[in-house]
Formats: sequence, C-alpha cells, structure tokens
Amino acid sequence: MARASNTNMMVQFITALGQFSKNSVTGLANGIRFIGFASLILTQSLHMLLFGRKHGQPVRMRHISAEIQTAGVQAIPIVLLMSAMIGVMLAIQGIYSLRVFGAETQVTFGLALSIPREFAPLITGILVAGRSGSQLTSRVGSMRLNGEIDALSVMGISPVRFVVAPSLVGLIVSLPILVAVANIAAFGAAGLYINAVLGIGPTAYWADILDVVTLVDLYHSFGKAFVFSVLISLSGIAIGMGVSGGAEVLGRATTNSVVTCISAIIAADAVFALVL
Amino acid sequence: MAKSTAPINVIDLQGGYNGTPVIHGCNMKIEAGEIVVIMGGSGSGKSTFLKHLIGLKEPMQGDVELFGRSLYHVPEMERLQLLKGIGVAFQSGALLSSMTVAQNVALPLIEHSDLDEETINFIVRMKLDFVGLLGKEDLLPSELSGGMLKRAAVARAIALDPKLTFMDEPSAGLDPVIAAALDDLIIKLKQSLGMSVVVVTHELESAFKIADRIVVLDRGYIIFTGTVDQIKSSDNARIQNLINRVAEDEEFDPEAHLARLYGHL
Repeated sequence: MARASNTNMMVQFITALGQFSKNSVTGLANGIRFIGFASLILTQSLHMLLFGRKHGQPVRMRHISAEIQTAGVQAIPIVLLMSAMIGVMLAIQGIYSLRVFGAETQVTFGLALSIPREFAPLITGILVAGRSGSQLTSRVGSMRLNGEIDALSVMGISPVRFVVAPSLVGLIVSLPILVAVANIAAFGAAGLYINAVLGIGPTAYWADILDVVTLVDLYHSFGKAFVFSVLISLSGIAIGMGVSGGAEVLGRATTNSVVTCISAIIAADAVFALVL
Repeated sequence: MAKSTAPINVIDLQGGYNGTPVIHGCNMKIEAGEIVVIMGGSGSGKSTFLKHLIGLKEPMQGDVELFGRSLYHVPEMERLQLLKGIGVAFQSGALLSSMTVAQNVALPLIEHSDLDEETINFIVRMKLDFVGLLGKEDLLPSELSGGMLKRAAVARAIALDPKLTFMDEPSAGLDPVIAAALDDLIIKLKQSLGMSVVVVTHELESAFKIADRIVVLDRGYIIFTGTVDQIKSSDNARIQNLINRVAEDEEFDPEAHLARLYGHL
C-alpha cells in the first residue's frame, strides 16, 4: 500500500517537474522571440530614420512632434507632482534617519546623490511606462485588430515609419526632458521642506546640491532616461504588434505591456547600479 | 518572350498558413480596364488569395506581378513603392480611426505626392463627391454607417487614381439599394477612370452586374475563368451549385460524425 502511494507521489513529482521544464522552455523561447522581434523593430526604425527619405518613406516631423506632445508635454503635470512628492518624502526620511546622528543638515548630500542617479529617472520611467507604454500597445494593437496596419502597408506606407519610428523618437526626446523636470521638481520640493523644517535657505541649499552633483550623476540620469525610453517604446510596440484575436486579447496585452515595461526598466536600472 | 505588363499577373501561386497550403497553383491575369470578380463560397480561399494579391502575405510558392514587376521577390522598400500604384478598399473599411474621413482620403496624397494643401483638399472633396460622401469630410470613421464606411474606403483607395483597385466584399452586409449604388460606382471607376478593378465577393447578383470576367475559387483552386455568359452556361456541377445556391452534398461519414459529437476528434 505504502509502496503504491510512494510510486504515485514519484509519478506526480516527475510529471510536475516535466510540466515545469516544459513551461520554462516555452517561456524562455517566447522571451527570446520577443527580444528578437523588438530588436527587429529597432533596426527597421533606425533604417527608416536614416534611409527612409531616400526610398520615399520619410519619417515625418509632425508625427514625431505629435508623439512628443502626447508622451512628453502631456506627462509634465503628473511627473512634476509625483517627483515633488518623492523629493519631499526623501527629505522627510533623510532628516528622520540623520537625526539619530545629529546630522540632519547633511540631508542635502543624500538627496544630491539619490535623486538624479536613481529616483528621478526611475519614477519618470515608471510613470511613462504606465502612460505611454500601455498607450502604444493599445494603439498599435487596435490598429492591428481593425486592419489599419495592413491598410497602411497596402497604401505603400510603411507602418514602421508611420507609427513605430515617430513613437520611438518621440519617447527618446521626451523622457530626458521629463527626467530633467523630475530632477528640478524633486530638488525644489525637497528644498522647500528643508527650508521649512531646518531653516536652510534656498541659496545655501542649491549651493550644497550643486556642490555634490557631478557630471557623472547627470550622465547616469539622462543615460537611464535614454535606455528607459527605448525599452518602453519597443516593449509597448512589440506587444501591440503581436495582438490578434479580439478586445480581450488587447486588454491582456495592455496589462502585459505595463508589467513588461516596468520590469524592463527595473532590470535595466539594476544593471546600471551594478555596472556603473 | 516579352515580359507581361498586365496590371496583375498571378503565377503558380501557392499560399497558406503555418505551412499548410490553402491556395493551390493559381494562375490569373488581368488586363487593363477590366473588372474581374473573384467568386467562391465561404472557405474557398478568397480572402487568403486577396491577401497574396495585395502584398500582405508572402506566397509559399509562385509569384504575383503588378504591372510586370514581382511583388514578393523584391526588397521591402521596392514592394512599398510598387504598392503605391494600387488601391485597396477593405471589407471593414480599415480607415484610420483617429483621423476624419477627409484626413483618411488625403493620407495617400500627403504621403505620396508633392501637392500643396489646397490641391489635396480639392482632390479629397472630388473623390468624396465621386462616392457620394461630399459634406461628410469632418466625420470620424466611428460616426459613419456601414455603407458610408465602404464608400469612404473606396474614396481612399482611388485617391491617387491607381490603375488597379481591389475591393473586398464591397456589398456584404449592405441593403440592396446601397449595394446596387456601390456596383454602379465600380462600373463608373472603370468607365470614367479606365481602372482595372478586382472585386472579391460572394454576391451573385453584384458579380453578374459588374464583371467583365469571373474567376471562381473552390477549395483553393481556380476552377473557372470566363465571362458572365460562360459561367451561366458552365456544366461544372460545383459552379452550378454556386450560382444556383444549391447546398453541397458533403460525403457523410456517420462514424466520424459521431466521434466529433463525442469530442473524440
């Protein structure tokens, strides 16, 4: 009896192990396929940007500026608000923890090191992933479902140059500007709080900040912004391009897009932290 | 042998999905100024065949030539260039939902010509007038009825005065009056603009009214090419079934049917 039960458990274990391996292999294959597809989109977009005009497929400035308007300008209020809040929270936490050592006035040092290198690009990246990554997926996905992508192709208009390349360039331009806005908002709001709590005036505060922030920190900030913008646009578009079926699939793809974009951003951020 | 410059020349086309052929060895040539109707029942491969003709699906074998140039054995940029010379009106319209009717019709003109804005606006109004949609310029596709959507799609397809236009099920789902108006429109395209038109449909009445030639697709094979009179007098049983709307007598296998009912197949 006991032997039969053991055999049964063994079979179940091997079945589960087999299923797990199969799922892992499928997941890995899908991941590799997705990265390959996203790389293809990137290559085609670069090709269109560089040589499209020569072949009668120019990437139009008005499409790029429309993308900058949607992904960049319209995101400014939320980026301002969120970054300001993060700045104040960092100041609160900084003062609270430094008080243990009686070094509250050193809070500016912590802010200057953490905001441009970490918080400004990360918060902006996550916000833009939520706004623009999902928007790109739903737009491209619904265009696919409605046959609009096919219609563009048969009109002799490359969907890559009409939809994909402008979105990519739009985000590459917008995200660094938004990160600059986030930096200023976070430092500004933190400065106001520090002024109110510790009585450090704006002149002394900004002098402290500028003393600590180096050019390398700014490279970090804007380098991350650039990498995040490429990751968000490629993930959003690649997931949108893969939509087929119906509205439910589109809904799932949009959710998947936000998760993928944010995961990609955090993974890239970790690489930045480890390597640089 | 001189190379054909026919608007479209389909050579031994075999195509399908995931390695399974749906279209088998099809040959078809269309002359300038000709209306050809591609007919066939549901599942005959009409839509797949059309996808191959308009560059949306790479064939498994064979080729499609537009105006004497291969559509598939060329780099992507050349294919796009070649596609600028045709117009396609999709079954669902496939207008860009974020643009108004006028912006949709203007799109090929803006992208493929150097015309100034005023001229483009004039051409757009002319094309919309041609399809009976003048005055609807500022409506969004979501605000159009089914018939209007199809006519707007036709206006976009003919915006650049292509020499070859494809129409996918132009009268499907429309009331008889609007369907007849669309048929008249297709004839007008040929007569006044000298266009070749390829119409994919399963509407018999419409096909008989507009076609110079009819091509019948059945289970992925072209089983007939000829005029309306020829098709009417054809003695092929499957063609007669199609034009007389007689249901097919499928070979019935009771055991297989039972297995399907039990979900074993």
